[in-house]
Amino acid sequence: MAIAETFTLIDGDRALPLRASLDGDTVRVEPDVLRDCTGWELKPEGLCQGDSCVPVRDRALLAGARGVDLAVFARALDRPLAIDVAERAAALGRSAASLCARLATLEAPDFSLPDLHGRMRSLSEHRGKKALLIAYASW
Amino acid sequence: MWQALYEELGSHGFVPITVALDKDPEDARPYIERAHPTHPSLIDTEHVVAELYHLVNVPTMIWIDEQGRIVRPHDSQFGTDTFTAFHGKQSAPYLAALRAWVREGKGVLDPATVRSHQLLPTPETQLARAHRALAWWLHRHGRPEAAERHFVRAGELAPKDWTIRRGSMPIRGINPMGPEFFELAKEGVPLYPMETLPVEGGTSRKV
Repeated sequence: MAIAETFTLIDGDRALPLRASLDGDTVRVEPDVLRDCTGWELKPEGLCQGDSCVPVRDRALLAGARGVDLAVFARALDRPLAIDVAERAAALGRSAASLCARLATLEAPDFSLPDLHGRMRSLSEHRGKKALLIAYASW
Repeated sequence: MWQALYEELGSHGFVPITVALDKDPEDARPYIERAHPTHPSLIDTEHVVAELYHLVNVPTMIWIDEQGRIVRPHDSQFGTDTFTAFHGKQSAPYLAALRAWVREGKGVLDPATVRSHQLLPTPETQLARAHRALAWWLHRHGRPEAAERHFVRAGELAPKDWTIRRGSMPIRGINPMGPEFFELAKEGVPLYPMETLPVEGGTSRKV
């Protein structure tokens, strides 16, 4: 049994510190730790966050005596996962299907970003106006 | 440019929202300070907007109407002719189309046309963004060599995404205007489906 080590799970703008068991390329975390960090919990219905659940195809693959396999967890949620075992870090991305479904509604996704003075501004503040979103960069 | 347009069209219910896809607000500061914007001028170091709207290059423009609906999806257009010699696009027809939208409501695409001209993410491009996020975190935590592996992997997974490939050059210590950029440009500039629709000056396009 691998010893639990400090591991960082990057999820959006959060970097979650957790304890993980490493075994080759496999990263496993205790179900309680996963629940506390991500809000996802393994229940009889599947993986659940609050009242919303996704079914789990292969429960034995996802969670065993040694914890929840992070890669299988990400796959069950249809989310991409980039792992660097040597660096003890992984990034959990957003599901392509859910982003596509949202874009197909044609409702412009809201966001909040800082300006140069650190003031947070949201797209939704400008409801009622015609907005031109302009993405640019110094590069 | 956008400040002048805001002053011209703000009273018609128009607002430009600029989002800099830069690694550091300081990289965007000279551009913002030169423009003296009173419209929202935001900085997206974490590529939040790049991901939500699936942007693959800059500049990228999106029209959002009063109800918060996308009425023209992402499109590479320019507010000035500074780089017209490089990309061949004129700003005047686009600015005329923009004025016609704000003043007269012209140029709005129907929902089916918007949907068929959206560029959409795939599991591969989303995995690329996860690798980019991991690389960016590793870089900021003093592990540039590990970060490099994931920037490279992200670029392999999303070869047509310059927000990843060119946007990570300044982080990786590569000049984004240097030889590596010109090598990248040989593969072709990333295109949005909107580029198949010509912009006709100031009028609604036949689609």
